[in-house]
Amino acid sequence: MEKFLLRITVNDEYHELYIKPKKLLVEVLRDELGLTGTKRGCNTGACHACTIFLNGKTVKSCSVLAMQADGAEVRTVEGLAEGAELSPIQRSFLDHGAYQCGFCTSGMLLSATALLAENPTPTVEEIKEGLHGNLCRCTGYNSIIRAVKAVAEGKYKGGGNGEI
Amino acid sequence: MAKFNVINTPIHNVDGIAKVTGRAEYTFDVSLPQMLYGKILRSPHPHAKIIIIDTTRAKALTGVKAVVTGQDTLGVKQGIWRRYKELCDEEILAKEKVRYIGEPVAAVAAVDEDTAEEAMDLIEVEYEPLPAVFEPLEAIKEGAPLLHENAERNINVTRHIEWGDVDEAFKQADYVREDWFRCSSQAHVCMETHCAVSSFSPDGKLTVWTSTQSHYYIKVLLSDVLGLKENDIRVISRYTGGGFGSKFELDSAQFCSAVLSMKLCKPVKIVLTREEEFMATKRRTPMFYYLRSGVKKDGTFLAKECRVFTEGGAYTAMGATALYLTGFFQSFPYVWPSYRYDGYRVYTSTPPTSAMRGFGAPQATFCAEMQIELIAKELGIDRIEIRRKNAMYAGYEVPGQATIQSCGLVECLDRVEEWIKDRGKMPPYSGIGIAAYGFMSGGIFNWFDTPYAFSSAVIQVNIDGKVDLFIGSQDMGQGSNTTMSMICAEELGVRVEDIRLHMGDTDKCPVDLGAWGSRETLMQGNAVKMAAADAKRQILEYAAAKMSPNIVYDMDIKDRWIHLIARPERGLSYFDAVKEAIRGKDGQPIVARGHYTPHRKGMISPAYSFGVQAVEAAVDPETGKVRLKNCVTAHDCGQVINPLGVQGQLEGAIAMAAGYGFTEDLPMDDGKILNPNLVDYKILRTTEMPETTVMEVETYEPEGPFGAKEAGEGLTNPTAGALGNAVFQATGVSIKDLPITSEKVLSAIRAKKTKK
Repeated sequence: MEKFLLRITVNDEYHELYIKPKKLLVEVLRDELGLTGTKRGCNTGACHACTIFLNGKTVKSCSVLAMQADGAEVRTVEGLAEGAELSPIQRSFLDHGAYQCGFCTSGMLLSATALLAENPTPTVEEIKEGLHGNLCRCTGYNSIIRAVKAVAEGKYKGGGNGEI
Repeated sequence: MAKFNVINTPIHNVDGIAKVTGRAEYTFDVSLPQMLYGKILRSPHPHAKIIIIDTTRAKALTGVKAVVTGQDTLGVKQGIWRRYKELCDEEILAKEKVRYIGEPVAAVAAVDEDTAEEAMDLIEVEYEPLPAVFEPLEAIKEGAPLLHENAERNINVTRHIEWGDVDEAFKQADYVREDWFRCSSQAHVCMETHCAVSSFSPDGKLTVWTSTQSHYYIKVLLSDVLGLKENDIRVISRYTGGGFGSKFELDSAQFCSAVLSMKLCKPVKIVLTREEEFMATKRRTPMFYYLRSGVKKDGTFLAKECRVFTEGGAYTAMGATALYLTGFFQSFPYVWPSYRYDGYRVYTSTPPTSAMRGFGAPQATFCAEMQIELIAKELGIDRIEIRRKNAMYAGYEVPGQATIQSCGLVECLDRVEEWIKDRGKMPPYSGIGIAAYGFMSGGIFNWFDTPYAFSSAVIQVNIDGKVDLFIGSQDMGQGSNTTMSMICAEELGVRVEDIRLHMGDTDKCPVDLGAWGSRETLMQGNAVKMAAADAKRQILEYAAAKMSPNIVYDMDIKDRWIHLIARPERGLSYFDAVKEAIRGKDGQPIVARGHYTPHRKGMISPAYSFGVQAVEAAVDPETGKVRLKNCVTAHDCGQVINPLGVQGQLEGAIAMAAGYGFTEDLPMDDGKILNPNLVDYKILRTTEMPETTVMEVETYEPEGPFGAKEAGEGLTNPTAGALGNAVFQATGVSIKDLPITSEKVLSAIRAKKTKK
């Protein structure tokens, strides 16, 4: 199969690579760029574990062909912290125990970051609505909702790339 | 000084930063040089003879490196029942016969997943379909198709528990009630599907990275089926993306990747797809439950009799333990003076049923608590009162089975009663249901036939005071890594950040049986505490020599400060003492060991957690739709070690158990699961979660580390029953058939109206 040139900026780093056109974005991120923080829980867009930012909007990276991201800017969980400085939502997740096995956490963090970027002061109902697509089998979600609420209440300010 | 410096303080998990930054490396993320990708071909038949498997065309495909079938294996019938060989009945790669849709028949290794997938289409399997049977009550009948030659009427195992004179006690009863219940199946739905990377090297050593709840079990089980020595196999499982009971048996990803890698001497990775995960891994045991209870008119329990038929699926798996535990926990958490249980596990042509969080107890608790509610209603007795009257208590002996050493059940009932009173009168079609429960803190079961202690720990204190803690327990998200670090820090008198944890690797860690049966806090916790106490004793020996206090003084270490207990201001720095102590030992670090195996603790478990849960729900009378509003749990897990962890376990258990109660099910058509995906299989989402409140009722469990008991699986027990009772309170209908779907509620409400 012929390969195509993909030009993509991930977490502020520019990459050029040749890929098969049927490759999914999640596969390129994980297998080609080694960014394994993005998980895959179903491969059918049903669990949102593979959520990333594509040009500032969240997408399920298992439902996007990598070539669709040609020329795009991508941010993954690895790009939320800046050096050792975690983003507000990451710090709040830690303090609220908003993760257990951690497998859905990357997608959850990115969905939560997007939710807060769009609506910095969401109600609990709006948080639930915003994270409705992200499946978690461990936490029962309430710790995640408390973590997002705490950021919305201004308890975690600055640091990392929380303001996407 | 405060009672504890570390325990019962909210700290974030020791592996938290790795998890929120995407750095935690799961098996799913493991990639090795020259690694190949494997796929598994599975049976489309629920019961069939394999006539011939032709792999010629698949092997000829460019990029395919190997194709294996049952003929390439030793053909060992394996299982976790290593002491009971007749129960080891699963080959994994079937040689002659398949018994469920999804059973593996061949595996391929290729340069990439696409090629492996393509090769699967080129494997030709000729089957001779055999008559199949899907329901246990059908399979147990004379003349039903037999799935295993040696299992008459498809009966796989039976279990009997009895105490007291049941028949006599029923004669004394003022009121006798009998009910049938049906408990459905449930998928574990780990976010990380089963996966493994196996790497065999020409020196005869096998390394397997895998997502598991017990690296030790997997190592030994692989040795059984591959013909390798146990210690020529290394199993690595640093992070596991959820387990819930699905990941402590040998699975197809582990076995097939190992067989392929041994053939090729190259690493082979197999990740099950979400569809395979639903169709071909194990699941919660469905049960048909008959309950007959006899009570006095004042509500005193006299006798209970129950018979259970479980849908076993094709193989024994952990189902025999689920069959025993559902019988044992059916009596919980009450005093039944006489009790008789007969359980039958029946083979069916469906995916094997096995352990899942609660291990038979959620089914038992659902049926028991629904029936108690009906008994209370019939007798006109308050539902809290009837439970309080018959509640287990500290010192109670379950005849011939277990002794309850700590029990906060009555206080849990009091707390929930208060909460219900505070809620006041419910609006129409709303109600609060309750359920009481108990669970074990680890099982005293050794069907596995381990010659090792159930849990072990090793500690090394280094020159800079940093502590290496080696544990065999497996963290799959439940937080045992953090719990063990906290127990170690508390006992040794240091801080959690002083501990460097070594886990998830059979080459480096001492044996622990793994994370199942809610065993880690008590069993691994005791081993860690013992090791830490020994390390502390060694440090204190040096400190005592140095300080030379009056011999009547006792010494301790708290928060890195070595001191006289009676005069805490008199002491010296932990770091200075360790540095000097090691110098004095000719430069050897301080090493200590700890271990735990329950002895003289009955048949089941060294300790039991208890609790009461109240679920407030609203039912839409037009649609039958149930909405959860509140879920309040009064909970006795002994001394809480990690409060944030306990809360997380509780909320997570509610989500999973509420799913069992009203949204999750695995409907089948002739043995084929109809909803093998995350759209049609409905786990709870954010919007369906109720408000959750935890009320800790602390007791002290003498057998637990610092008085702690389990706080993991038991929390899954009450929710389906409490939810069922909430629907009963709201509508007057009792749905005895899980899950409590809108359709069932609506048709029951309509039937009730018509009857009127």
